[in-house]
Amino acid sequence: MADEPKEPKPPQVPTGDQPASAAPPVSPPAAKPVGAGAPAAPPKAAAPAAPRPPVVLQTPLNNEFVTRFRAKFGAALLEAIEDRKQAILTVDRAQLVEISLHLRDEEKFDMLADLTAVDWPKREKRFDVVLDLYSFPKNERLRVKVHAADGEAVPSVVSVWPAANWQEREVFDMFGIAFSGHPDLKRILLPDEWQGYPLRKDYDILQQDTAWVRENLGIESGQ
Amino acid sequence: MLGADELVINMGPQHPSTHGVLRVKLKLDGERVIGSECIIGYLHRGVEKIAENRTYQQFAPYVDRMDYVAAVSSGLGYCEAVEKLLVVEAPPRARVIRTILTELQRIASHLLWLGTHALDIGALTPLFYCFREREEILKIFEKYCGARLTTHAFRIGGLQYEAYDTFEKDVERFCKDFESRIVEYETLLTQNRIWIGRTKGVGILTAADAIAFGVTGPVLRASGVKWDIRKAAPYAAYDQYKFEIPVGTTGDTYDRYLVRMEEMRQSRLICLQAIENIPAGPIMAKVGKVLKPPPGEVYHAIEAPKGEIGYYIVSDGTVMPYRVHIRPPSFINLQAFDRMVRGHLVADVVAIIGTIDIVLGEVDR
Repeated sequence: MADEPKEPKPPQVPTGDQPASAAPPVSPPAAKPVGAGAPAAPPKAAAPAAPRPPVVLQTPLNNEFVTRFRAKFGAALLEAIEDRKQAILTVDRAQLVEISLHLRDEEKFDMLADLTAVDWPKREKRFDVVLDLYSFPKNERLRVKVHAADGEAVPSVVSVWPAANWQEREVFDMFGIAFSGHPDLKRILLPDEWQGYPLRKDYDILQQDTAWVRENLGIESGQ
Repeated sequence: MLGADELVINMGPQHPSTHGVLRVKLKLDGERVIGSECIIGYLHRGVEKIAENRTYQQFAPYVDRMDYVAAVSSGLGYCEAVEKLLVVEAPPRARVIRTILTELQRIASHLLWLGTHALDIGALTPLFYCFREREEILKIFEKYCGARLTTHAFRIGGLQYEAYDTFEKDVERFCKDFESRIVEYETLLTQNRIWIGRTKGVGILTAADAIAFGVTGPVLRASGVKWDIRKAAPYAAYDQYKFEIPVGTTGDTYDRYLVRMEEMRQSRLICLQAIENIPAGPIMAKVGKVLKPPPGEVYHAIEAPKGEIGYYIVSDGTVMPYRVHIRPPSFINLQAFDRMVRGHLVADVVAIIGTIDIVLGEVDR
């Protein structure tokens, strides 16, 4: 983690633009970025030019690994950034399985620690499917993201990491993202007949499948 | 498609040995299990949706209600994840007190596991012994923060409460007593022929399978993978203490029992080292009353008693998280259940559910 509990209190970063994709697309130059706490943050003073917010937490990632990765997959790597010392790659959805196999076998990311999704309804491709990988031999973590529009299927990685099975079902259950090639894609936490996908941003916290509730629980509302 | 001798039965969700509301559909050939399916979600409360509608601080008590027998560990993971998002670090004193409480929680969680697991298999006595010691830990929690189970012991940025006057003494007394208490449990079980008969060779999980299924925690270590986040990516104050990571060899239920017993010993040693020197100083970092983490995202994982609990938090710079995803160890570990249970007898199913150590509050969230 950061080495310094520095916290510029009042001047928070402007809340405007799309966070996750705020960093510039992969650009070759920038040497090795030091994430997180390192920029001993001159909060308001030395902000050069305009575009950057005062605390730069997302920087383009450009290390050996990324170079290797780009050499192999080229245009399939859409973006590589570092956010608070975490490596994040955004890749082409269509090649997810090949990339996963490569990461597992060549780069030794042998465990899929976590798989989830994030909904950005204003974006053209509204969903991020996020995979958190861990490598036992290297003791490193890596995050891989793909974008998907509503209704677009994401290739399932169950064949690469069996751990993805329930996690992809959960994403399907909560976001309605289909995973092509999944052996048994059905709801996992909610009842099979439930209508709607609760973790989408347009699903209100008080919303529910009232028809299901009435029919199966015999009450008007679960609230 | 069922053969003439095959039978499908439901175990749970009200079965006492399923540790809550787990429902398992078992496909049997006589007494032998030839397939299984876990049906979960009976305790689903939509924790992740709630998170998007609460401020960062308001959400902290909710995480205690996932793994309610190890609430301190869940709370630590969440607080550290938000701290990472804010790029702050808790002061040294807070980190040491966090470590002590989290290790006590690990012991308490393992004790509950041991008591109920033994009970499931037919050994009644350990339950009473385990609850006796667990009670002492819960008393320390109660003295520290007023709650026993859903403690909300930590705050984002550090601690709300100073350690009470006799905190070190209480922890020390517990640790001193606990050494001989573990011997008592082991006398009851480790060499017990029935215990060995019911656990050796049952529910074997190979290291390769464990990694493929994303299994973590004591279950992974019992399969022979020497990996513990406390060592691999030290958080809180773990880098200051000496402890061993116990590993098993065969990955059966008996190995998992031995690993957890040894983990309790190691946790005890960590507590003893930690109380010797709790640094003076503030217990709270400067984090302000309104938390607005800069936009971005973090994934932070810690070693909870049941395995890796991870928090994936996305901030859009407002007071409420844009997205919180929790990687619950129980949920992921339970995926390996089918692999472990095939070919065993119905009675072993109970032993295998127990040995994974799940809490349904966390599986279903």
